[in-house]
Amino acid sequence: MPLFHSTFVARLLMGLIIVSFISCKDNDDTPLAEVNPSFNFTHNWDGVPIQNSDYENTTYVNENGESLTLSKLVYLISDITFSDAQGNTFSAGDYNLIDAREGINLNFAPDVTLEEGTYNVSFTFGFDDEDNAGDYPDLNTADGGVWIVPMMLGGGYHYMKLEGKYTDTQTTPSSEVGFAYHAIRANDNSTDPITLQDTSFIVNLGEVVVSPGTEIEIQMNVAEWFKNPHTWNLYELYMMLMPNFQAQILMSENGANGVFTKG
Amino acid sequence: MLGNIKNIGLIGGLVVFLLACNGDEPSPYMATPANLDVPDLFANSILPPQIPNDNPLTVEGIALGKTLFYDPILSANNTQACASCHLPSQAFSDPNPFSVGIDGSLGTRNSMPLFNLAWHDRGPLNWDGSAINLEEQIFEPVTNPIEMANTWPNAVQSLQNSGIYPELFDAAFGTTQIDSVMVSKAIAQFVRTLISGNSKFDRHLLGLEELSQEEARGLNIFLDETRGDCFHCHGNPGNPLWTDNRFHNNGLDAFFEDRGLGAVTGDPRDDGLFRTPSLRNLSFTAPYMHDGRFSTLDEVIDHYSEGLVYSETISPLMKSVADGGVQLTAEEKSDLKAFLLSLSDESFLTNPDYQ
Repeated sequence: MPLFHSTFVARLLMGLIIVSFISCKDNDDTPLAEVNPSFNFTHNWDGVPIQNSDYENTTYVNENGESLTLSKLVYLISDITFSDAQGNTFSAGDYNLIDAREGINLNFAPDVTLEEGTYNVSFTFGFDDEDNAGDYPDLNTADGGVWIVPMMLGGGYHYMKLEGKYTDTQTTPSSEVGFAYHAIRANDNSTDPITLQDTSFIVNLGEVVVSPGTEIEIQMNVAEWFKNPHTWNLYELYMMLMPNFQAQILMSENGANGVFTKG
Repeated sequence: MLGNIKNIGLIGGLVVFLLACNGDEPSPYMATPANLDVPDLFANSILPPQIPNDNPLTVEGIALGKTLFYDPILSANNTQACASCHLPSQAFSDPNPFSVGIDGSLGTRNSMPLFNLAWHDRGPLNWDGSAINLEEQIFEPVTNPIEMANTWPNAVQSLQNSGIYPELFDAAFGTTQIDSVMVSKAIAQFVRTLISGNSKFDRHLLGLEELSQEEARGLNIFLDETRGDCFHCHGNPGNPLWTDNRFHNNGLDAFFEDRGLGAVTGDPRDDGLFRTPSLRNLSFTAPYMHDGRFSTLDEVIDHYSEGLVYSETISPLMKSVADGGVQLTAEEKSDLKAFLLSLSDESFLTNPDYQ
């Protein structure tokens, strides 16, 4: 009797487990887990990670052959967007200002909740014109309060400040010259009204499988800002780039071609 | 059933006991809460100040801080107050390049003006970033041998022995037992109330006053990357603080007798870097730079125009260093100066709340 009893219980349990599995498998109404993917921003020079200790210390050589050091890298990304296979898009429309040297905001979780699944992920480098027209007290305060672009240059906000020094070998002796690769909306204030062109760009990171704990690495290859499709000549384009309409176009085109990749 | 009732009774008793215990705890003393009088321009453009949780503004705390600020009782020989080197008539700075301590010793840096520091809560203070916040900053001058040259136990004893302070501390902090932390908190509260936001340029932004043609041209030079390009460190009309509150080497010297931030951090990359001062109230804050080397605003503009000197840590934002600077014309310099002076706020000097 005890043997029969234990066998019966074992069969009953086995049956329940099987039923349980089957019901799980067959139940299409079970909601998928809701997840909040996050992002991690990393920075490298042609694959070599850039750490805090590299700023003002490590010498890099750009595509044009100029030796340079970096001193500042701060940039703005916005409108991280997830698109599923059905054409649905999910975006919180929020933004993140990253200070690579100081390690500020290297991790960012957009205010968006998704079901587990596969999504195409993209973001905007800088602000598109719609966002750039807004007024953001936190950005007015950010980067010491100097992230704003003066109205005479079209207003809005910087997209990026990449600063450092390059070695001018055309002088004797050679000298260190500062450069300020500042990306903003292209503007020409020699016209009335000022001519503006949105030079933010969308970066498509491709497909990502989003599940609980998903962290997506966004890599910036700083060397690419000087490389492709325009070989950047620091002797010609080192300063006063904000009011330089054509320089902003070149920056935008270089930025959209291989600067950002998914890690 | 009876057991359940018994359990409910036990739980209820425990709750009553816990509530009673909680009720018996003395509630922390809280003086009368106070708010900063924030100008609309500030409230509408930048984030509000972050007042430390452990030092909220109170009416009594601010009043005590103001009394302490003007009282020489904190100095070793009872001759020097905070206001001795931070004169209200100079926007709380010192007209001398270096302030004089109680024994005649000269300091090594120009006394920084005090205003709008409530918003400087996201970066260190002092020319060299040696204090992380106002409360910490206030500790230092009292014991600095070339300033007040006192000890904190002696300063606290002087306050304790005075006829007025135990009562004032009681009102501010709920105790007559004075300590140095409360002294620094009270002075910090008062300093946070020092707000300057009523310059001609502020009124211009509010649509209340027109800029002169000279001032308007000066603003354009200030914001023009190809001429002044001052805005990358000193801000713009969208931020009323007129400083990035960061540290830069602005091309003063080829070699550093004073390492500035570098002496604090120990990082050679910080050598020769000093905190960007606000451009507000330049009419009252001469001399200029961390060592007060320039006695006039003209000299400052000349420096950026043709006086820059290269050193390894010079900011990349300092342009045309090989030529000495941005080479402004005499007219551009005059216009720029006119704009800069429009940022001065006369009403700040006479605000009775600050005197």
